[in-house]
Amino acid sequence: MNDERAVVGERRWVNAVFGLMAWVLGLIFFFPVFWMVLNSFKTEADANTSPKLFFDPTLDRYRDVTESAGGVLSFSQAFTNSAVIVLVSTLIVLALAIPAAYALAIRPVHKWRDVLFFFISTKFLPVVASILPLWILARNFGLLNTRTVLVILYTGMNLPLAVWMLRSFFQEIPRELIEAAEIDGANLRGQLTSIILPMAAPGIAATALLCVVFAWNEFFYAVQLNPVSGSTVPIWVTSNVSTRGDFLAKLSAASVLACLPVVIAGWLAQKRMIRGLAMGAIK
Amino acid sequence: MTTVTYDAATRIYPGTDTPAVDRLDLEIGDGELLVLVGPSGSGKSTALRMLAGLEPLDAGAIRIGERDVSDVRPRDRDIAMVFQNYALYPQLSVADNMGFALKQQGVPKAERAERVRETARILDLTPYLDRKPKHLSGGQRQRVAMGRAIVRRPAVYLMDEPLSNLDAKLRVQTRTEVVEMQDRLGVTTVYVTHDQVEAMTMGDRVAVLKDGVLQQCAAPSELYHRPVNLFVAGFIGSPAMNQILVDNRRPLQVADCEVELDGPADVRLDGGEGTLTLGLRPEALRVGDGPLRARIRTVEDLGSEVFVHVALEHRGANLALVSKMPAPFTGRAGDDVGLQIVGTTYLFADDGSALGSGTGRLQAGEPSSAGRSQ
Repeated sequence: MNDERAVVGERRWVNAVFGLMAWVLGLIFFFPVFWMVLNSFKTEADANTSPKLFFDPTLDRYRDVTESAGGVLSFSQAFTNSAVIVLVSTLIVLALAIPAAYALAIRPVHKWRDVLFFFISTKFLPVVASILPLWILARNFGLLNTRTVLVILYTGMNLPLAVWMLRSFFQEIPRELIEAAEIDGANLRGQLTSIILPMAAPGIAATALLCVVFAWNEFFYAVQLNPVSGSTVPIWVTSNVSTRGDFLAKLSAASVLACLPVVIAGWLAQKRMIRGLAMGAIK
Repeated sequence: MTTVTYDAATRIYPGTDTPAVDRLDLEIGDGELLVLVGPSGSGKSTALRMLAGLEPLDAGAIRIGERDVSDVRPRDRDIAMVFQNYALYPQLSVADNMGFALKQQGVPKAERAERVRETARILDLTPYLDRKPKHLSGGQRQRVAMGRAIVRRPAVYLMDEPLSNLDAKLRVQTRTEVVEMQDRLGVTTVYVTHDQVEAMTMGDRVAVLKDGVLQQCAAPSELYHRPVNLFVAGFIGSPAMNQILVDNRRPLQVADCEVELDGPADVRLDGGEGTLTLGLRPEALRVGDGPLRARIRTVEDLGSEVFVHVALEHRGANLALVSKMPAPFTGRAGDDVGLQIVGTTYLFADDGSALGSGTGRLQAGEPSSAGRSQ
């Protein structure tokens, strides 16, 4: 009895230590973000002097970064570009990944393991190694500085991940349900629309969100293949770096704006996404 | 008029050599409730899934009525299936679950609703029509699964252990309901279970499978009283039939007793080689007065009847037997008792096939001639 109590007491103590560590780590990770948000409300002078917690907050930096100046990539243009590229590529990814995942999870094709490995093997190559051929191809097809090239690349970039994730979600669907639907007379479309997709909805949402996040944040392809007119938000953020004068507060404000959509989407989808991730591919 | 015919139907799972279902021949009559029973791995579920179209046939054919459905898709076979875990669509309400198949068939909405309402009324599901499956109890889910099959009015019902997720009391109650329902609807039904009590109580006929091979298909009482082999004899009946290994010669010898058997003519005891198995149902073994000496190991008093487990020495090894005695029974564990045969005695050959049966009686043997008769 006493032993048991001692064990329980010890466990509680260990849990408390782990809990504290988790909080400390969380704060360490969060601190730069917090500092960025603080900086975005400061004047350049305040931002560039010794760290200050108390200052007169101002929205001027946000005004600075969102005002469009002639010849420079504007905030609204970059956001429109990003939104279009991200949404279109994610939709294409889902349209391709759902049938692929079905073929791998529910009605496994011949040598499905090899197929699955092939999908993920496309992620092994360092991005840098592929950029030259990609650039040449893009130039030959006249796609440099277009949204199209990024839509294509982001689709290719996210597709393996989406197939893997959706496959695991589809596998979670009890086989009997699909068989029951089959016996009940549902054809493939009926099975998909009335059983598989509704049941995998949280997983599809989580997959879509990850694709959106990865595409939204992508910088390397964007800066190499599309640095001018069709440019995306990450490029716009860096455009606030200047060689003359202070830019830390401005850059912070731009970064906050760039993060906001992803943070909001993540917060909205939080519950589903965590369930999706816990149950899905990345476990 | 819907019959189901398995014609040498065979299924070999990829990557295995032995068939899961091996040349199954079975005729199921119109309106009949046929139970497929067997231990796990016997191929009973596979046989059902072959009829459903969920498993392809590697050889043979399956016919529903006159139509060969071997290569027909499940949705075109006009069957309804009840799954062990019910397989209710979790995101649909009870009404939508039951109406799902009708909707796929393009039945108009009004008729659909009417048929669902009617079926729900029969199954006492009316108050739950708007609920989702997760808000139902196990028994209610089971009824929804039944309702989903009933509402379709298919040619054949397939049931894959539909009661095994219910608790014992509910299972017995539902068993009766399913039989009544099937009788009323008169729809040909194939029912899979591993529970021999369920099989015996529900089936018009029972097909016993082992290792993918059909052992015997007969009415329950025939299976019980005239098993074709040792496997069927041992599988059907609870507690299981007592099996005693004896030498293949007359008189049959159990410990130091002789078994007098007024057996039918086809019981051949050719003497000499091999052994036979003597089978005794627990109710054919009386504990009390008798020439065969044994000791009581345990007494299981069920109230209406008593299972008495006894042990004795036979052929140099310990032999455990069980007897079903009427209550009250006064013996206790450790008591020395005498055993007598009071019913049918079965004989099985070396390979397990039944040789015949007759009324047996134990007689004290000559001590000098024990195990050495001429």
